Amino acid sequence: MNSISTLMPLFVLALAGLFYVAGRARARNIAAGDFAALHSRPEQHGMLALLWVLLAGLSSYLVILIFGNWLITSSLLSEISSANPDLSGIEAQLVLSDAKAIAMDTVASRQGDLRSAIAARYTLLSTVLVWTMVLVPVALGIATGLRQMQNITLEWRARNRSETILRGFLFACAAIAVLTTIGIVLSLVFETFSFFNKIGWRVDKYLFGTNWSPLAGVTEGKMDPERVGAVPLFAGTLLITAIAMTVAVPIGLLAAVFLSDFASARVRAWAKPMLEILAGIPTVVYGFFAAITVAPALRGFGESIGLSVASESALAAGIVMGIMIIPFISSLSDDVINAVPQSLRDGSYGLGATKAETIRQVVLPAALPGIVSAVLLGVSRAVGETMIVVMAAGQGANLSLNPLDAVTTVTVQIVMLITGDTEASTAAGPAFTLGFTLFCVTLVLNIIALRTVRKYRELYD
Amino acid sequence: MGADLNKQKKVSEEVKITARGVNVFYGETHAIKDVDVDIRNHTVTAFIGPSGCGKSTFLRCLNRMNDTIDICRVTGEILMDDKDIYAPDVDPVQLRAKVGMVFQKPNPFPKSIYDNVAYGPKIHGLAQNKDDLDHIVERSLKRAALWKEVKDRLHEPGTGLSGGQQQRLCIARAIATAPEVLLMDEPCSALDPIATAQIEELIDELRKKYSVVIVTHSMQQAARVSQETSFFHLGVLVESGKTQKIFTAPEDERTQNYITGRIG
Repeated sequence: MNSISTLMPLFVLALAGLFYVAGRARARNIAAGDFAALHSRPEQHGMLALLWVLLAGLSSYLVILIFGNWLITSSLLSEISSANPDLSGIEAQLVLSDAKAIAMDTVASRQGDLRSAIAARYTLLSTVLVWTMVLVPVALGIATGLRQMQNITLEWRARNRSETILRGFLFACAAIAVLTTIGIVLSLVFETFSFFNKIGWRVDKYLFGTNWSPLAGVTEGKMDPERVGAVPLFAGTLLITAIAMTVAVPIGLLAAVFLSDFASARVRAWAKPMLEILAGIPTVVYGFFAAITVAPALRGFGESIGLSVASESALAAGIVMGIMIIPFISSLSDDVINAVPQSLRDGSYGLGATKAETIRQVVLPAALPGIVSAVLLGVSRAVGETMIVVMAAGQGANLSLNPLDAVTTVTVQIVMLITGDTEASTAAGPAFTLGFTLFCVTLVLNIIALRTVRKYRELYD
Repeated sequence: MGADLNKQKKVSEEVKITARGVNVFYGETHAIKDVDVDIRNHTVTAFIGPSGCGKSTFLRCLNRMNDTIDICRVTGEILMDDKDIYAPDVDPVQLRAKVGMVFQKPNPFPKSIYDNVAYGPKIHGLAQNKDDLDHIVERSLKRAALWKEVKDRLHEPGTGLSGGQQQRLCIARAIATAPEVLLMDEPCSALDPIATAQIEELIDELRKKYSVVIVTHSMQQAARVSQETSFFHLGVLVESGKTQKIFTAPEDERTQNYITGRIG
């Protein structure tokens, strides 16, 4: 029974397909061979019927699916409380879940007359619900489809109407993306507020404090503002990002220049995919590469020249993260460098410029907006990167700008808080707040990137 | 012998570029077949012919721009001032400083007007100091008949100019490196009639200092601006000579057909 209602969307789809064929046939019939007399082509009449049937069938199905269960639950709860007015809300809920368990033949916590009666009611109501879910969409779909059949005339603007429906659908998809973003931001904001509330609104201590061990000072739902200073985390993130970009920007950019202007077609054909494979390596692989190979190597090298290098160092994590970011920068820059019109290069060569002069003075300035956005995209990646730093950068919140020390980053601390054994409600506050701060940082970076790009665009196009 | 040498010298003063038996291949395609052309000093030479006839390809041989295309191969002999420009000891970069080029579509660099013109002189070290450079920029813009329009906004982007102004900027940029020959590949095809008229006037002016080679689709333009005309068809040089003669009394039937509009 249940499987029929689950398969309903497919039935509706098949029904819509039928009405597509029917609508097309009817439009052909009406045109009677003179298709030019139709405002819309027969396929478009069919498409409009299909869209309406889908719309009616699926939306009624969704409405019943969402509200049906809610209706059943609330009506059963009210029956329970009228049969036994002494029960509290939670006890009534318990009775209901026992009744559901009885109805489905699984183990209930207790048996009883009331429970059996409610179970019978539940079985009945859910059967009704399943049938409603099957019959209403089909009936509505058929009714809508027939209505559309009647509408088909020579002048009927089926194309324009189906375009309106499709535009609405596209808008809905865009709205889902935007609403999700808004939802995430809102949940971050609320959690951040509740965290700030717990530290008595000492936001200054969070932003400028240098001592981070938020879970050490928890007492009765309050946190010690002296222990929530996020500066070491952001300093660590900044340090590792700086090291990563120092590695990634020159190598990536020069690789892009080589690929676009120097490599022969054959070299390019295998070198570019190879570089892009680097981007496909999971970051967790980079992470243990950093922790197991690079960090000990750096430590050994440091000892050989008399430097003390921590076994988990910002340098190791930064270098490996830089390597991870190289393909992003090189691939995007290569695309924008290739997009610089050949006519600009020709113009420069025609003036007797060498290849190097042409690239440095004409091609790179023309590609600059794209390169800037590639670099900032790389920075966003570096700031948000987690796996590599979890494994290779360390966990202690040291405030240090020495790349040979172990530092920690914002993302590492979020991981520690969420995966640690502190209960979620306590740990979530600082974690969400860090996440929100990180989000603000990347947002500002993106805004700066967009502004820079737009400014240069105005200059160059 | 001495008289011969003298005669040779006199001819070469007259003829700037001599091309003999030039063939161009794009991969398997034989684009230019056995072309002989003379380009004279202080003369505008027009290359005319239907689309795809190879006139632009041949033009690009004269400053070795075809070198930048991997699959392109040039054979034959092109002498400039009696020196083979395809000789192994010739650096195409230096050659292109002497043979300037203006392209079909205006292609100003994404830089200011000033920097566009100063680009060539800077990379070739033609200016000793800032004053020198200012002077070269001003002279080039004046010679390209653009100075009056842009003198108050030299530091605005060159890409902000109108199409005709951009093309004159490209001409100014080309003459700023003090070339001896100026190659123009359909310089007016992207311009409106007024801008075209300005450029044509300018070409006539430029003839006083440079030898100019212009590729054009417009026979009227060839007739208006050039003194010598070469007619290309299907990669072959059909006929060349004085413009007036080509347009009034062509020897070859194909030339006759083209200028009367029967092929093209």
